[in-house]
Amino acid sequence: MACEGCKNPAADALYEELETFINNLPEKKGALISVLHKAQSLFGYLPKEVQIFVGEKLGVPASKVYGVVSFYSFFTMVPKGKYPISVCLGTACYVRGADKILEAFKKELGIEVGQTTPDGKFSLDALRCVGACGLAPVALIGDKVYGRISSEEEVKNILKEYE
Amino acid sequence: MSKYTMHILVCGGTGCLSSRSAEIVTQLNKTLEDVGMQDQVQVLKTGCFGFCEKGPIVKVLPDNTFYVQVQPEDVEDIVNEHIIKGRKVPRLLYENPKSKEHVSDSKHMDFYKKQMRVALRNCGFINPESIEEYIARDGYEALAKVLTLSQEEVISEVKKSGLRGRGGGGFPTGLKWEFAYKNTSNQKYVVCNADEGDPGAFMDRSILEGDPHSIVEAMAICGYAIGANKGLVYIRAEYPLAVKRLECAIESARDLGLLGDNILGTRFSFDIEIRFGAGAFVCGEETALIHSMEGKRGEPTTKPPFPATSGYWDKPTNVNNVETFANIPVIFLKGADWFSQIGTEKSKGTKVFALAGKINNVGLIEVPMGTTLRSVIYDIGGGIKDGKKFKAVQTGGPSGGCLTEKDLDTPIDFDNLLAKGSMMGSGGMIVMDEDDCMPAVAKFYLEFTAEESCGKCTPCRVGTKRLLEILEKIVSGRGEEEDLETLKNLSEVIKDTALCGLGQTAPNPVLSTLKVFEDEYIAHVRDRKCPSGQCSALLQYRITEKCVGCTACSRVCPVNAISGSVKKQHTIDVSKCIKCGACMSKCRFNAIVRE
Repeated sequence: MACEGCKNPAADALYEELETFINNLPEKKGALISVLHKAQSLFGYLPKEVQIFVGEKLGVPASKVYGVVSFYSFFTMVPKGKYPISVCLGTACYVRGADKILEAFKKELGIEVGQTTPDGKFSLDALRCVGACGLAPVALIGDKVYGRISSEEEVKNILKEYE
Repeated sequence: MSKYTMHILVCGGTGCLSSRSAEIVTQLNKTLEDVGMQDQVQVLKTGCFGFCEKGPIVKVLPDNTFYVQVQPEDVEDIVNEHIIKGRKVPRLLYENPKSKEHVSDSKHMDFYKKQMRVALRNCGFINPESIEEYIARDGYEALAKVLTLSQEEVISEVKKSGLRGRGGGGFPTGLKWEFAYKNTSNQKYVVCNADEGDPGAFMDRSILEGDPHSIVEAMAICGYAIGANKGLVYIRAEYPLAVKRLECAIESARDLGLLGDNILGTRFSFDIEIRFGAGAFVCGEETALIHSMEGKRGEPTTKPPFPATSGYWDKPTNVNNVETFANIPVIFLKGADWFSQIGTEKSKGTKVFALAGKINNVGLIEVPMGTTLRSVIYDIGGGIKDGKKFKAVQTGGPSGGCLTEKDLDTPIDFDNLLAKGSMMGSGGMIVMDEDDCMPAVAKFYLEFTAEESCGKCTPCRVGTKRLLEILEKIVSGRGEEEDLETLKNLSEVIKDTALCGLGQTAPNPVLSTLKVFEDEYIAHVRDRKCPSGQCSALLQYRITEKCVGCTACSRVCPVNAISGSVKKQHTIDVSKCIKCGACMSKCRFNAIVRE
């Protein structure tokens, strides 16, 4: 599949910005992860083309870039939804029923963890501990934290806010 | 400069921010301006107060009034009543659950009474974005003192304090520093491990958010002691607020010459850089962390060589965890003797715990080592939620184990917890009640470790996966009695053969629950029953004689599994039932039971 982004003039500007960032690094040695953080913040995700670009600019084989991208859960190779949903599955949330809340989100959205809805609106992820254990169980949509989610009904109501 | 007569501290920890504490700050500033008191009352966003259950927390000084569960809508009352008229707002005060009396000073709350704050000394007291406030609370005085000592004297003081690593291992900190000091090299590094990955533990983040300068100061002290001029903080990218406050702290320390060249006019130079993690639990292991900082996959390597010999870019490196560092300035301010009189014989000082789960007072607490679990759970934690029965407390996160009723009077320290089949870990403490199913809890932890296993060594990569499969079989009602034996044997093999701490401790939740709750496992595999009523595959719904035949349940059942005529007791066809529970929540007569 051809990368939609590459044909897009807006994407050229992003590549340029990424290249400037790389050129301004005090040291390229060991900088791969910081560059990938920057790339993901620019593109929203790390498609193959971006990984190859980063590899070329840093003088690192693309296989090694892929190895790092696939190792860390923070990096994603698929675009996230407009409203990324993360359900906390930390232990405190788990013992207060977070698994049921995650199921409810899956059922409502018709997607599995790690997937994005076909219209690109929501993506669903599980994460480990937001640190708001007093509000368990917790889910995040974008930066907004929803705490003490007690039922399937409440999940429906939360999603309604984004209709 | 304004002279403030009153201060309003608003908790800016992640928990309280999640419940709109930032809006409270904005609203306070606006309302104070409206009444023209912005020059007399200062509003400060502080770090975590610890009492997350009752957040957002607002504290008014100098009278030490502690308001709980404050909403932006309450701001007007606080300003009009308390600030202007000097009358406390009773409805926002904490209510003692036993006596039902209002308690306005946190010193008198059971939650705080038995705590002793050393690592958290400044959290909730100072504005973490102001270096002046840190200095006003003796900040950087320890560094100044250290710079007048020799390197050996500094290390010997840390050794004398008895401080042990708070990240999980409990290795003596002074000894670690000495190893790095004795290895000669033209370049050494100090690394702060802020890659807090234990799900349910958030003390490192709270320290960085509430008191970032204590970490900057401690790293500089460590740099001086081992002879390093460069520090690195490896922090989770998922902690944006902690990153921001740490960056701000490093910046302002540089501006005042407390970082950089020739600190305080001495020949000692030191600076700190931040490196981002990218979400891998294994990176809490120091060799994996170092590889990750070098831009590689965070896979661990065998020790020796230890980082003290060959660490970051093969140079001698000293890695300590955030909470460990937070103790360092206090040791030099108050002395190693003061520090070592707190705690037990082999575990000195205090420990921060993230108390969570089925407990009334969820929050971040700090107690002297040697405090009993009972005191933590019942005195500080306020007992079990909804009056349920205590079942177990899990410590040490995915590497730890469960402690039960009979362990409640055990004094908490590194060695006691190990002896009881659990461990200190980073300080997560999850309380469970009678409704929690232990095989399901073990499965929960194994899901975590199987997912986080880096894949380098076979025992961990394949072993955790097999353990998880067996546990899945057990909770879904397909387990056999032989499975329990396999679980035990496999766990022992993984423990003995895995490469790093993650793999070696991954079977602990299984071994510990198997040992303490073997009957529960047997109920799952032999009787196909889940005693806590959690594993839906093992449950059956039944309609009792309380049924009046209102037909509500049969109408709500999505698979038509309920039959019966009007005004007669209904029955559930268990072969059709999908165990959704819809009938039970619909029934107004409590006639449907799940067993």
